[in-house]
Amino acid sequence: MTAITQARPARRARLSTTAIVYIVLVGVIALSAVLVSAAGESFFTSSTLTSVLTLMSILGFVAIGQTLVIISGSLDLSVPYVVSTASIVGAGIMAQGAAGVVPGVLAALLVSAAIGAANGLIVTKLRVHGFIATLGVGLIISGWLGTSFQGSFGSAPPEFRLIGATLIAGVPLSTIIMLACAGLAALLLHRTRLGHHIYAVGGNAHVARLSGVRTQVPVVVSHILCSMLAGLAGLLLLARTSVGSPTIGSQGGYDLMSIAAVVLGGTLLAGGSGGVLGTIGGVAIFAVLDHVMGVLEVNPFFKDFVRGAVIIVAVALYAWRSLQRRPPRFHGKGTRT
Amino acid sequence: MTALAQRSPGRRFLSALATPGGAVFVLLVVLLVAASIANPRFAEPDQLVRFLARTAPIAIAAIGQFFVIVSGEFDLSMGAVIAAQVVIAGNVIGQDEAMILPGIALMLLVGVVVGLLNGLLTTLAKVPSFIVTLGTMLALYGFVRFLTGGAATGNPVDSFREIGRGSLGDVLPYPVIILVVLAVGAWLLMRAPFGHTLLAVGDNPVAARLSGTRTGAVKVAAFVLSSLSATVAGILLVGYAGVHPSIGTGYEFQAITAVVLGGAVLGGGRGWVLSAAAGAIALELLFTVLNQVGIDSTWRPSVQGIIIILAVALGAVAWRTARRPASVTRAEAAAGADPDPIPTPTPTPGEQ
Repeated sequence: MTAITQARPARRARLSTTAIVYIVLVGVIALSAVLVSAAGESFFTSSTLTSVLTLMSILGFVAIGQTLVIISGSLDLSVPYVVSTASIVGAGIMAQGAAGVVPGVLAALLVSAAIGAANGLIVTKLRVHGFIATLGVGLIISGWLGTSFQGSFGSAPPEFRLIGATLIAGVPLSTIIMLACAGLAALLLHRTRLGHHIYAVGGNAHVARLSGVRTQVPVVVSHILCSMLAGLAGLLLLARTSVGSPTIGSQGGYDLMSIAAVVLGGTLLAGGSGGVLGTIGGVAIFAVLDHVMGVLEVNPFFKDFVRGAVIIVAVALYAWRSLQRRPPRFHGKGTRT
Repeated sequence: MTALAQRSPGRRFLSALATPGGAVFVLLVVLLVAASIANPRFAEPDQLVRFLARTAPIAIAAIGQFFVIVSGEFDLSMGAVIAAQVVIAGNVIGQDEAMILPGIALMLLVGVVVGLLNGLLTTLAKVPSFIVTLGTMLALYGFVRFLTGGAATGNPVDSFREIGRGSLGDVLPYPVIILVVLAVGAWLLMRAPFGHTLLAVGDNPVAARLSGTRTGAVKVAAFVLSSLSATVAGILLVGYAGVHPSIGTGYEFQAITAVVLGGAVLGGGRGWVLSAAAGAIALELLFTVLNQVGIDSTWRPSVQGIIIILAVALGAVAWRTARRPASVTRAEAAAGADPDPIPTPTPTPGEQ
């Protein structure tokens, strides 16, 4: 008995976190296939693939950005309001027709980047906890949105709406863009100096500073990138719904869901460890669950219950596992999470 | 802290006012004066008491959130607990007077169970409390909406609702009495060994554990207290606002704002429980003042956002000043609210 329990952590330690995420994803898909076929529908069809990939795209954008911010040791709770703001700004400028598409996209991304810069500067210069800084900025934006806009605003020309509707070999264009962003973010994290600095600062800001890293730059940049990715998500929602909406971000609950997806993907909430690939796996798990509950016509309110349960169980598994894994490298200091 | 104890009560009082936990009381008085100037009727005792009754639920929620925050964790499930309790009150108690006591017992039981769940998952399974309580929040909201279909259902009997809207001899509303009792209880609890342990666990969990504290048990107790205070807030809100599944939405963030405004440090180890309650009242008072000045209530979140950022930024500076070695004069520390950034390395921004 003791031999078995001692052998298990050693074997698990060889699996990377990302591998576990995808094993869980395969498990979820298998379970879904059983449930769906038990209900008399077929699961492995191209329409399922399209549906799951579509469900992935928006949360995917937000979660990629959230991954960067969380690895750098901060958090972003302002994303839903950035999503709404981008959709409003984009729709306002695009209302003039096809000529407004490029300026609309640029303006929306610029505004998003400015919000991200504000987040990053409040976190680094005023030394406010990322939780509070972005919660505060999010609240400020939501007050502005709630005061200035009632109902939908502006519109998107048909050319722009194509982005939301185009399928390439069954894969939505929006998902392709999202995966491209994920690839770029992974390149940034693993192949550039800035990426390594993001990990260093998130792991231990003090050590990073003593090693000559400018600790503020990575945090600010990851906040800016996160907000711009949230802005892209807002533009994509605009392309789907064709009108800007001041509440579309908060309705989606993208702040907490993206953090959940990031943590589900094996990134440490305390920062310094994790990756984009795991996050995409986490987003895919949510998308498969959503799709299956949609097909099975589960009461929509029950979805939240399942999501909550999945988050807790998955993270409990990781946390248990990472406890077994962490001590060898950083003994004592730096493990107080 | 020992240096503080040796000085005269007057100076101690003044320097206490300069800490973030004391400054909130100054803010409270300033806002009270502002509100009375904007609307002279507001300063009348009955109006003040009525205002206090209205803020009692959020102040009680803030007291509960304080225990969790000071132990170094978050409780995001608070709003969902309130919603669940409100719906339970509507469905279980209904129009049956005999069900009031069993109903309240059931609600307290649910509160304890949610708190235990949050606490045990955080301490035993080592899941960050942010994620645990996010999970319980989603699960509880899902459960509540599943039960009610998202619409108002059931209406508890009037004698139960009296707890939230009635008053003792038409003078002292029950919510105010409950708030005062709970505040005094929380104050005593923080002065008891439990409170000192809680602060120690939040300040330095490793040191606390090495000194023989059962850190897990203390944190679990903090989560249970938080859920129970959300339960009480729920009972008061049923009386005040009736049954609707959306009651309680946003209470977790409002309670966190109040606690932070009251000078407690996110990450734990620092704060005073009565300042947290005062923070909640100051926040509501600020909204009242803004209302009186004629600012649209839609700007409420923005004001809350600015406040929360400023409170934390200034509070961080003040705590850092207060924590400097004893060679720095206390007079300087007393002027700590004045922002003079010291280039001390701070821990990672996102550290939990």
